[in-house]
Amino acid sequence: MARTATAPGVPTTPLGKAALEVDDRLIVAGPLRRTLNKVFPDHWSFLLGEIALYSFVVLLLSGTYLTFFFDASMREVVYEGTYAPLRGAEMSAAYESTLYISFDVRGGLFMRQLHHWAALLFVASIVVHLTRIFFTGAFRRPRETNWLIGVALLVLSFAMGFTGYSMPDDLLSGTGLRIVSAIILAIPVVGTWVHWAVFNGDYVGEFIVGRMYIVHVLIVPAIILALIALHLLILVKQKHTQFPGPGRTEHNVVGNRLFPAFAGKAGGLFFIVFGVCAALGGLVQINPVWLWGPYNPAQVSAASQPDWYVMFLDGSTRLFPAWDINLPGNYTIPALFWPTLVLPGILFTLLALYPMIERKLTRDTASHHLLQRPRDVPVRTSLGMMAVTFYVVLMISGGNDVISEKFDISLNAMTWVGRIGLVILPPIVYVLTYRICLGLQKHDREVLEHGLETGVIRRLPHGEFIEVHQPLGPVDEHGHGELAYGGAPVPKRMNQVGGARRAIRGFFKPIEEPAQVELEQRRDEHGLAAAESRELTTSGRPSDGGRPQEPRD
Amino acid sequence: MSTRESAPGSTGGADVPGPLHGGPDDDYTPEQLATLSREELDLLGARYDDVQVLHVDPGPEPGSSVERQAVRQVALTFGLAGLAAFAAFVIYVGSGWFLPDWQWTITEGGWSAIFTPMIGALGGLALILVGVGMVVYTKKLLPHETAVQDKHDGSHFDRVTTGATLVGGLHNSGLARRKLITRSLVFMGGGVGLMLLMPLGGLIRNPNTGNPLGTTSWGEGVRLLRDDGSPIRPGDQQPGSLETVFPEVPGGNRESDAATMLIRLRPEQVQVDRPRTGQEEFGYGDYVAYSKICTHAGCPVSLYEQETSRILCPCHQSQFDVTQGAKPVFGPATRPLPQLPITVDDEGFFVARSDYIEAVGPTYWNRERI
Repeated sequence: MARTATAPGVPTTPLGKAALEVDDRLIVAGPLRRTLNKVFPDHWSFLLGEIALYSFVVLLLSGTYLTFFFDASMREVVYEGTYAPLRGAEMSAAYESTLYISFDVRGGLFMRQLHHWAALLFVASIVVHLTRIFFTGAFRRPRETNWLIGVALLVLSFAMGFTGYSMPDDLLSGTGLRIVSAIILAIPVVGTWVHWAVFNGDYVGEFIVGRMYIVHVLIVPAIILALIALHLLILVKQKHTQFPGPGRTEHNVVGNRLFPAFAGKAGGLFFIVFGVCAALGGLVQINPVWLWGPYNPAQVSAASQPDWYVMFLDGSTRLFPAWDINLPGNYTIPALFWPTLVLPGILFTLLALYPMIERKLTRDTASHHLLQRPRDVPVRTSLGMMAVTFYVVLMISGGNDVISEKFDISLNAMTWVGRIGLVILPPIVYVLTYRICLGLQKHDREVLEHGLETGVIRRLPHGEFIEVHQPLGPVDEHGHGELAYGGAPVPKRMNQVGGARRAIRGFFKPIEEPAQVELEQRRDEHGLAAAESRELTTSGRPSDGGRPQEPRD
Repeated sequence: MSTRESAPGSTGGADVPGPLHGGPDDDYTPEQLATLSREELDLLGARYDDVQVLHVDPGPEPGSSVERQAVRQVALTFGLAGLAAFAAFVIYVGSGWFLPDWQWTITEGGWSAIFTPMIGALGGLALILVGVGMVVYTKKLLPHETAVQDKHDGSHFDRVTTGATLVGGLHNSGLARRKLITRSLVFMGGGVGLMLLMPLGGLIRNPNTGNPLGTTSWGEGVRLLRDDGSPIRPGDQQPGSLETVFPEVPGGNRESDAATMLIRLRPEQVQVDRPRTGQEEFGYGDYVAYSKICTHAGCPVSLYEQETSRILCPCHQSQFDVTQGAKPVFGPATRPLPQLPITVDDEGFFVARSDYIEAVGPTYWNRERI
C-alpha cells in the first residue's frame, strides 16, 4: 500500500522517517516507550547499586585493555626491562608483563591502577548497597530472589578480587596465594586432593596463574554479567521499592520517569564514578608491584595485608586460637580450617538465608514494596549492627600488626583485644542499637503527639512559662496531635515544615529579588509569614517527608 | 494487477491486520492522534504504561536570571571538562614527541614522574565534570515532574492460562503413562550427565603418590647455601644472627618448601636451649636450623627477635621460640617449626644430615600418617 505524504501521523522530518524505517523492521516503539516511561523513585540510597554497576563497566573496559599486555604464564624469565632495580632478576612472565604494563606501556600504569581502584570501589559499593537493602527491609517478599543473586554477586566479586590481585605474581600476591594453598590443604579429608586439582600438584607448580587468569577474565565475569542482567530484569519486573511518603503506597511507585530526568542523573553518576576511579588511578598509587619484587617463597614483607574486603578473613585467621583437632587414626583437622572456610561459610549462608529466617520468625509472608526505617524494626537493625560490629572487629584485626606498630601497642595485646572484642562487642552493640531505635521511635511519636518545638517561649497570665509547640496536624480537645506514625520521617524542626522561607539564590550576589521570593513563598505557603493564614501541617513536598500517613496495608 | 504482484509473498503482509489484531491502534485512529499535541501524546502513552504525571514544575523561566546562571554553570562545567580532556589527550600523545618523555626512569623526578598523575587528574577531572554537568543540567534546567506508576501483582488470568498450556503439553506428551520412556530418560540423563562431567577428571591427580608434601630437596650431605649460592662455614655468622639457607640442588633457592633458617644462638641462649625430645643432636654447636615455612599457613617466618629468641610470622603473627625447639608460643600456629638436622662436611661447610623428619609447612588431614 503506498503511503502519501498527506496521511495523518506520517513523519515528514528526516529523523522521523528514519525512526519509522527502524520501527517498521524492529517494532521497538512500544517497548521503548514503556522503558522511557518507567518511573524511578528518587532517593540517594538507591544509587548505591548503580555505583556497583558503573564500576563494573569501568572494570570491564580497563580489564580488557590490560589483557592486551598481560602474559598469564609462570615461565621463568630474566628481567631486562625499563625498571633498573629489578634488571637481571629472575621472575615469572606474569610478573614481567605486569612490570611491562607499569613501565613500558604508555598510560599502562594508569590503567592498572584504575582497574585496581575500580575493583575496590566495586566491592565496596556492593557491600554498602547490601547494608542499605538489609536495614530498610528491601529484601522482603517478593525480592528474596534478588537478595540471593546479590549475595552471589558479592561472593563472586571476592573471587574476582582475589584472582585479580594474585595474578601479577609479585611477592605480596604470592604470599596471599601461599595462604590460600594452605587453606585448601586444611579442608578435612579431601584437602590434598582439592589442592592437587587446583594447583595441578604441589604448591606452587606452573599452572595456577594461567588458571586464575581464565577464571578472572572469562568464567567469573561471564557469570557476574549474567547475574547482573538477571538482577536488573527482576528489578524492572518487580519495580522499585520506595520509602513511605505522600501518595506512596504498596501498589505504586512515585518518582521521575526514566527519560529525561532519571537518565540525566544516572548518566551523570556513571561519569562521576568513572572520573573518580580515573583520578584515583592516576593520583593515588596502589599495589606498586615493582616495590614488592617477584614472588619468592622464602621472602615476605611485613605488614602484608590483602585488599580491604579480604581483611576480615585475615583477621579471623589471626584471632583464631591454635586448636588443631586430632582424630583417631592420626587424622587432623587443622586450626586454619575454622576461621578461613567454616566462618565465611556460616557468615555467607546466614546472609543469604536472612530473608527466609526473618520471614519464618516474624511470620510476615506478605509482599512489601514500601521500605522500613531502621528504627522501626529494632530487632533487625540491632542484628545488622551486631553483624557489622563482628565484621569490623575482624577487619581491624586483619591489620592489627599495623595498628600495633603505629600506635606502639603490643601485638599480642592487639590479638587479645580482637579475640575478646569479637565476643563481647556485638552483644553490647545489639543492646545499644536497640535502645537507640526505641528512643528515636519515641521521639517521632512525641513530635506527632505534642508538635514541634518552636523555640517560642510564652508567659501565661499566671506567670508560668511554656514553650509553644506547633502541632503537625489537627489536634483533639487535649491539644494532642491526631496524626498516626506512617513510617515516613517526621519533621523535627520548624524549617522542615516551611518555618522559614528558602535562602535567596546566588553565590557572590543575589540573583533574585528578595521581595519576589517572599511573594513566591507566600504563594507556595512557605515561611512563617505565610503561616499566619494557614495551619503548619505539611509542605507537600516529598523531600520533606511530607505529612505522615496511615499505613495503607 | 500484474502477475508479479499476485505471486505469494509479493504484496507485503503487515498492512492488513489479522483477525486477532487489537490494542491501542484500534482505540486511536491516526486522524485522532494527529489532532493531539505533543504533550498530550506523551501523557497518553504514559497512561498506557500505567504512569500518571501528577505534577510538573516547569523549571526556570526562559530568559530569567536563574536560567541564565544555570546555563552558564552547565556550559562552564562542560567547557572545563572538554578542556581537561583535551589537555589529557595532549599530554598522552605529546609525551616523548613535543613534550618530555613519559617513560619513568629511576633517576628522574620530572615529567615522567608526573605523567601518570597528570593523566589521572585531568582525565578524572574531565569525566567528573561531565557527570557534574549532566546532574546540574537535570536538576536546574529540566522540568521536575512527579510521576506515579502502578505496580501490578501477578495476573490470575496469566497464571491459569499459562498453567493450562504447560500442563496440557505435558499431558499430551503422555510421559506420565509411558513409564518405559520416563525410565529410559532418567537412565539416559544420568549417563549423559556423567559423560559430560567426565573431562573434569583430568584435573584430578593423586596427592599421595610419593609423599610430595612430606619431603623436600634436603637429604644427607646436601649443603646449606645462601641465596647467592655460597656455602656456609661455622663462624661465618655472628652469634644471635639468622641466615636463610637453601639446599644445594638446581633451583633450590626457588623451592616453596625448602627454605630454612640457620640460626647461631647466643651463649645465653645456648644455656637455656631445650630442643624437642629426640632432636637434641639436630643442631651443630651453637647452630640450629629450622624450616622457614610457617606451620600455620605456609608464609615464610621472617622476623627474628633475638632478645626474646622469638621468630614471628608476619602473616598471622604466630610466634616460635628458637630455644624451645621452635615451639609456637603465641598466635594461631599449632606445631613447632620442623628442625633440619645439620652437621659439617669434610671441607668444613654446613650440610644436612637428612631431610626433615616431618612434613614442613601447613597442617593437612593425613599429615601425621605419613
